[in-house]
Amino acid sequence: MARMATTRRVMISTAAAWLFGFLIFFPILWMGLASFKTELEAFAIPPSFLFFHWTTENYATVQERSDYLHHAMNSIIIAGGSTLIALLIAIPAAWSMAFSPTKRTKDILLWMLSTKMMPPVGVLVPIYLIYKSLGLLDSRIGLVFILCLGNLPIVIWMLFTYFKEIPRDILEAARMDGATIGRELVYVLTPMAIPGLASTLLLNLILAWNEAFWTLNLSTSSAAPLTTFIASYSSPEGLFWAKLSAASTLAIAPILVLGWFSQKQLVRGLTFGAVK
Amino acid sequence: MKHVLGAVCGASCLLLAVPAMAETTLTIATVNNGDMIRMQGLTGEFTKKNPDITVKWVTLEENVLRQRVTTDIATKGGQFDVLTIGTYEVPIWAKKGWLVPLANLGADYDVADLLPKIKDAVSADGKLYAAPFYGESSMVMYRTDLFEKAGLKMPEKPSWDVVIDAAKKLTDKSAGTYGICLRGKAGWGENMAFLSAMANSYGARWFDEKWQPQFNTPEWKTTLTTYVNLMKEAGPPGASSNGFNENLALFNAGKCAMWIDATVAASFVTNPKESKVADKVGFALAPNTGLGKNANWLWAWNLAIPAGSKKTEAAEKFIAWATSKDYTKLVASKEGWANVPPGTRTSLYQNDEYLKVAPFAKLTLASIDAADPNKPTVKPVPYVGVQYAAIPEFQGIGTQVGQQFSAALAGSMTVDAALTAAQSATEREMKRAGYIK
Repeated sequence: MARMATTRRVMISTAAAWLFGFLIFFPILWMGLASFKTELEAFAIPPSFLFFHWTTENYATVQERSDYLHHAMNSIIIAGGSTLIALLIAIPAAWSMAFSPTKRTKDILLWMLSTKMMPPVGVLVPIYLIYKSLGLLDSRIGLVFILCLGNLPIVIWMLFTYFKEIPRDILEAARMDGATIGRELVYVLTPMAIPGLASTLLLNLILAWNEAFWTLNLSTSSAAPLTTFIASYSSPEGLFWAKLSAASTLAIAPILVLGWFSQKQLVRGLTFGAVK
Repeated sequence: MKHVLGAVCGASCLLLAVPAMAETTLTIATVNNGDMIRMQGLTGEFTKKNPDITVKWVTLEENVLRQRVTTDIATKGGQFDVLTIGTYEVPIWAKKGWLVPLANLGADYDVADLLPKIKDAVSADGKLYAAPFYGESSMVMYRTDLFEKAGLKMPEKPSWDVVIDAAKKLTDKSAGTYGICLRGKAGWGENMAFLSAMANSYGARWFDEKWQPQFNTPEWKTTLTTYVNLMKEAGPPGASSNGFNENLALFNAGKCAMWIDATVAASFVTNPKESKVADKVGFALAPNTGLGKNANWLWAWNLAIPAGSKKTEAAEKFIAWATSKDYTKLVASKEGWANVPPGTRTSLYQNDEYLKVAPFAKLTLASIDAADPNKPTVKPVPYVGVQYAAIPEFQGIGTQVGQQFSAALAGSMTVDAALTAAQSATEREMKRAGYIK
């Protein structure tokens, strides 16, 4: 009897998990489907789910009108560059705050987080003017720099939380065995922090990939990433839903694939230290 | 030896000339509307004629474009050489010295051929600050088959009573057919474009001669009450989130018996590739109440040069090309007369080939002629603009008021409460901006 109840419970929770997962995934699925419809079918009422005339003409049009690879390359460089630089700065910062805290550490952490509390549009004009004077408008370096700055507080906070979870006794034991700071970092700390580092890297990459305020405002064409690619298909007067869906599918495809393959790391990292 | 020297000199001159020729790159900011996409596709024709100019396009969503371009122009960032801007921005930006007056469009440009109302809308102090790319007003688009079936007739100049009566009679909610589809999504360019134009026909105005907001007047109350009641009775469900595109989708799917919106939609709803009701659409002027103003607006998308651009000569060449009569002919030769950008030139409306394929042409022109940005309302007003007041503060105020009116349509607020909130929000902003004390 007990086993039946357990089996039923497992079945119910599995079904609920699938349903919940499907609900969350549905907008992406719908976008993917719409990208294979004709414009007329894309806004048909009632909408057709699978039985429509499948076409790839939207992808052909998008490819013909815009240079997808140019935008994708910019996205990779901007998201990848800003994430790597942020990690390079954040690892030592989080390490020192986690293992050699001072009485001001908490204040510094809060102060860092407070920079995320202001809406970015509040500093748009000053940043724009600075970028104009430095010649950084519409440059990849400029975007790498601003996205790195924007995400740095989150990266430091995440890493700080992970490092905090590592017992100091292990480090002390390593020191007792004569490990230098360098060896301690490479052989003791890094292996233990890898899940945390990986999930921070992935999350930051996703945040930078999807960032649409600064990338839209500080780029025009040379440095324009996939966010501007999508924005160029949104129309105030005209129905281009199928083309917009095709452009959006193309834009999220790389990050979706990356997320799919690294979901184990991502989940492990995000729940790291949550349950002891 | 002389020949060799000459050849060397000639070759070096050529080498020097090549980079000089390919030097000018124009960055053009635009929106993703059908006519603009066509213009991008035809850029090759322009660069063929002007091999020393290359063109880079930046296409953005309308609101993003507005923010992006405003930031750049206010900071003199110089990122763009040609901008696509609306009639709302032109007088404001011209006054601030943000736009370069277009004085060298060429001898054969024929400025006199521009439709007078549209030309007025893009001029300030007698100078042209932008060149109209396509212009539009608004009108009634209706289903001839449904009207016929119900034994109704749509006059060419309908009154609001006729439209409201027909909307109620043609609504069949069980069949999913709604008498009328109107904009409800909040925004100064969304529901407020329609409602301001409708208010004009009911004798209302945004401000009196002393910039005092007028939402506490009976004219606005009649306008909003009529609109909300009509939409409740004969509008589609969820209308408070419908804008141009949503209503276009509904109309094309055969869900609306009438739709009052931009004249530019006429070519979409009569296109069999996009519309299920392409051969069943009739057109009429926007409704009136007999006070002398129809409920139609005036808008144009225009090309202008920002003051920060260092390539004004090449930019002006491009603008002259894209808004010329020859460009219209070029589009017609490549994609047919039905696809030429409408609403900017008188000559287009005298062209038999265009009139043959555009059954809506006559009413588009009549609608544009019926709108007067300099005298938009029954009572006098201190501002220019039909569905907006051309002051910098209007975008913010218009959207705030739009949110209240959208809430009234959704039923989360009464008409009176929405008008009171609109009045106090507008008064506050106008005081802050120094128009009133």
